[in-house]
Amino acid sequence: MNQEQSPTPAILRFAGELGDRVLYILTDLGRMGIFLYFSLLGLCKPPFRFKELIKQVGFIGAGSITVIFFTALSSGMVLGLQGYYSLHKFGAEGMLGSAVSLTLIMELGPVLTALMVAGRAGSAMCAEIGIMRISEQIDALECMAIDPFRYFISPKFLAALISVPLLTAMFDVVGIFGGYLAGVKLMGVNGGAFFAGMEQSVTNHDLRLGVVKSFVFALLLVWICTGRGYFVQKIRGAGFGAESVSTVTTQAVVMSSIAVLIFDYLLTAVLL
Amino acid sequence: MSGIGNILTATEPAVIRFGEVSKSFGERGRRHRVLDRVSFSVPKGKTTVIAGGSGQGKSVMLKLILGLLKPDSGQVLVGDRDVAAMGYRALQEVRMLFGVLFQGAALFDSLTVFENIALPLRERTKFSGEEIRQRVIATLEQLELAGHEDKFPAQLSGGMKKRVGLARALQLDPEIVLFDEPTTGLDPVMTREIYQLFTQTQQRLGYTAVIVSHDIPQVFTLADQIILLNKGELDVFTDASRIPYSTQPKIREFARQVMGQEAGEE
Repeated sequence: MNQEQSPTPAILRFAGELGDRVLYILTDLGRMGIFLYFSLLGLCKPPFRFKELIKQVGFIGAGSITVIFFTALSSGMVLGLQGYYSLHKFGAEGMLGSAVSLTLIMELGPVLTALMVAGRAGSAMCAEIGIMRISEQIDALECMAIDPFRYFISPKFLAALISVPLLTAMFDVVGIFGGYLAGVKLMGVNGGAFFAGMEQSVTNHDLRLGVVKSFVFALLLVWICTGRGYFVQKIRGAGFGAESVSTVTTQAVVMSSIAVLIFDYLLTAVLL
Repeated sequence: MSGIGNILTATEPAVIRFGEVSKSFGERGRRHRVLDRVSFSVPKGKTTVIAGGSGQGKSVMLKLILGLLKPDSGQVLVGDRDVAAMGYRALQEVRMLFGVLFQGAALFDSLTVFENIALPLRERTKFSGEEIRQRVIATLEQLELAGHEDKFPAQLSGGMKKRVGLARALQLDPEIVLFDEPTTGLDPVMTREIYQLFTQTQQRLGYTAVIVSHDIPQVFTLADQIILLNKGELDVFTDASRIPYSTQPKIREFARQVMGQEAGEE
């Protein structure tokens, strides 16, 4: 009797666990969706906190300039060298400016900027909000009938939407300069040909694609990083206290980086 | 399902009522029921102490009152409104009735003592900057915090953090003040100071107080009503000396453990 019945509980258990996991994922997605809605709604609710916005632009934007500068310079120089090596085989070194600028403006600029900002500012935002959650600071705000979204989350959203596209623009310029240094100054490509190729091949459409990507990536990284911090106590398997904050911070950076890479492909496929 | 009228028959003016409230935590298959059909009321203008061991659901009760958690079943009434059924805006209105002193004080790390106390005034009132400054300075002096206004929470002792937390909780002249373990982590001298501060401010402002604490039996000296929780059982007392004679066996067991063997045997 028992032997006959034994497979059934195992199957039921598996189905139960599967269903439980699916329900958890759906609940989590729903939670994050509602979080995004209230964060964007908070942008429209007066009074606006300009001081907080400026502080966040300083943290996310100005604070990331150094890392973006060196990432862009090295990426541009590597592109210049690699591009020269490949194009030289076909005697097409004159196309180097075009190849470097298009790669940076449409792909590397938005993607690497977003990844750098996620690693530097996204992780800090997630940890800050997570600590505020576990130390009951967010509960305290709610108990004072102060909307936490309007008070400190929405300004982070707006700051990211302002900072990331500007940092991307900076990345593009510094990266092209790096490509110029490597291709023209080191490898001897004609400087005029480098810039002429760039001018001829880069269109408004390419620039638009880069700008759209930078806005979407900014939204993705700030949404995921702040959202994970906000729900630190609701994330399954994250543990408790300081451990939960560190686990969720790592998770937020990984998730936002993956989301940026997935959306990079999707946006390129749709908009190119 | 029975309505709140059936559950709660008390006729005295109560500001908070729990009607058959249940709340569980944990993941599927491992859920732990913290509150099991709990009913009681908090009388207006009085001090209610909720006591019990760790993990018995005392702090959960405060979060249910504030709408930070929703009950699995039952009703939590503030006045005559069910907190669990409220929308965001209505909940904001109800929360304006409360001041809360959190267990860890929940001060904002990035704000100074002055800014922490001024926060509810800046965000929830139309007072001018000068009016806010005067009110905050007056509060700082009343709570013997003058001279510390420019410090950050990390630079304060545990007792001072609690005083700043209390100062912030009282800024909007709340009708009800909730205290979550107000003396946890404090030495006996500081504990006495916090109790004195509580008595002074309540006499001056006349608020209804709900104190969650495991500081037994000291905290009973403040209470007009005592709610004891142990292993899912709950009993309400108006006199601490009656606790050992509770009709609930688990409450008697708890009394024996924390109030001394002789109490339970009298």
